[in-house]
Amino acid sequence: MESQNTLRRTNALEVTGKNSAIERARFATRRVVNLIMAGLVGLAALLAVGLLLVILYYVVQRGFESFFVRADGTTGPFNFNFFTATPSEGGIGPAILGTLIVVGLGALIAIPVGVLAGVYLSEYGRGRFAFAVRFIADMLTGLPSIIVGVFVATLLVRNTFGHYSGLAGGIALAIIMAPIIARTVEEVLKLVPNALREASLALGVPQWKTIVKVVLPSAISGIITGVVLSIARAAGETAPLLLTILGIENYNGNNFIGRLNPMVPVGSLPTTIYTNAGYPPNEVFRISSAWGASLILITIILIFSLLARWATRGKKVR
Amino acid sequence: MAVSLDPRQVGTPKPRLNPGEGRSGADAIFRGLTYFSGFAIILLLVAVAMVLLFYSSEAIQKFGLSFISSDTWDASVDNKFGAWQFIFGTLTTSLIALLLATPIAVGASLYISEYAPKWLATPVSFVIELLAAVPSVIFGFWALAVVVPIMYNVPNVKGAGPQGVMPFLHDLFKGWPLLGDIFGKITGSGRGYFTAGIVLAIMILPTIMSISREIIKTVPPLQKEGMLALGATKWETINKAVLPYARGGIIGGVGLGLGRALGETMAVTMVIGGSVSAVGKGNLFTTGHTMASLVATQFNDAKAGLNLSAVVAVGLVLLLISAVINAGSRLLVHFTAPDNASLRN
Repeated sequence: MESQNTLRRTNALEVTGKNSAIERARFATRRVVNLIMAGLVGLAALLAVGLLLVILYYVVQRGFESFFVRADGTTGPFNFNFFTATPSEGGIGPAILGTLIVVGLGALIAIPVGVLAGVYLSEYGRGRFAFAVRFIADMLTGLPSIIVGVFVATLLVRNTFGHYSGLAGGIALAIIMAPIIARTVEEVLKLVPNALREASLALGVPQWKTIVKVVLPSAISGIITGVVLSIARAAGETAPLLLTILGIENYNGNNFIGRLNPMVPVGSLPTTIYTNAGYPPNEVFRISSAWGASLILITIILIFSLLARWATRGKKVR
Repeated sequence: MAVSLDPRQVGTPKPRLNPGEGRSGADAIFRGLTYFSGFAIILLLVAVAMVLLFYSSEAIQKFGLSFISSDTWDASVDNKFGAWQFIFGTLTTSLIALLLATPIAVGASLYISEYAPKWLATPVSFVIELLAAVPSVIFGFWALAVVVPIMYNVPNVKGAGPQGVMPFLHDLFKGWPLLGDIFGKITGSGRGYFTAGIVLAIMILPTIMSISREIIKTVPPLQKEGMLALGATKWETINKAVLPYARGGIIGGVGLGLGRALGETMAVTMVIGGSVSAVGKGNLFTTGHTMASLVATQFNDAKAGLNLSAVVAVGLVLLLISAVINAGSRLLVHFTAPDNASLRN
């Protein structure tokens, strides 16, 4: 018995011995492939990160330079008028105010609908109807924003109001925002422990009061996140605004109340970037103010995105 | 004989399924409100489809299926409209974007989830999430200033010929049977389908990455450890254990990226050059339109009637294509994502 075992062991050693050169070569190839792939994968990550940094660098550098440019294209000390004045006076104030009006209107319409739909999905939503709401909310988030623009522009601008208006732009943005809010609110409400609901219901509190007074307040940071995320998304939307607000360059009227009128065409930061980017390079103020508008817009969006991340730190919310 | 089982008639309280349900009118009202909001979301998509269908009916009735197959877009003389060149533009630019973005996105997701130490992985994934937040119009403006000159520029030196990626590829493949036509004559001085595809690739990177990263995270560590314990190298583990497990989810992520590429409007509008002539559209270096960029540039100027109806019809075709791609990839992610709550619903 013992001798047989020894024999087998020797044979096994002989076999590995014979192939060891091939084995070693094969192992070397495998290691080289492993290294090459690690390099490629790292390169891909580097490329993705590098692209963003290059874009950010361009927008910040050119945008900051534009704050020193006057309406006639000359440069001087910091141009505080840039944020308030009209283009003929060297500013993009109407565009900033327009973005505030349109995004504000959009949020005003989208927040109640979005939060309530999110409450439905989390607190009541079961079965096929809930699946449909959830699925269609996701479909709406993926809907090309230009389609939303066409929808609002044909229905309201062309066939109801008969003219471009800030309100039409706000409605278009609300259609983009509501599904985002609904899905985020659903996700955060699902994180609220059931024991809270049960405790409240056991005390005889009606369900609606339980939701309004117990569930929603305990998830408030997540709800704010959803709203903030949707605002960050809506603030940069250009295509739907192009078809609905027209993007004028001047204020509507001389007093502040008149300038807030949502029933007339207004301007916006994204449409200003689009229009001014189309000018030839010798129109110095046009091009530079497009960079300035880009910097303001990207700052707003990044602040809101960071705010959303900060509000949900440590929680898993998409 | 007739014993009524209706609780209202025999005077017993109606059994309650949910505590508190039906206790007060306020409950019913609140529930109704939330149901209505959910219903409003469904209604919205239906309304979008109906409005687009209704206002494009004139063009659809007039041209029928030839609207999809015809290349003619003539709003000034003949009032004839066909969308094929724009469908072609959308599909071509999206395909270029997918080919370029998918390997980079999957590679970068693998780096973040498998290779990078945690102190590096967190900021890298954060930076890439920021990339998703940059608005389309800023991408377009940046691409005009940076990408277009890289594609094609004529140095301000006497006697210098055009330089850049486009002339390089054009000269490289000159005379080749198929590639010679694809990388043909440069008409848009740096703008065109090719540039639009490259810009789209950058824009859909974060979309594909966020899904594939989530999916790669769900690969059970035991599978990886098992392979490593058998002596597999890191790459073999990824290739044989991680990628096959995550394949469905990655394809779904690519599909969502495709959905974004199809509908992306402003960046494409700014770099595709905007031409409705359809001359030489097989050539990637020529100017054209995607469906989205056509709608964005022509809607406001379209005359009421057949012209507007045709523009809306292009929007309808875009809606249908992107809805199919979106629904398909969402279902794919939904059914292949293994037990991951954040992806399933």
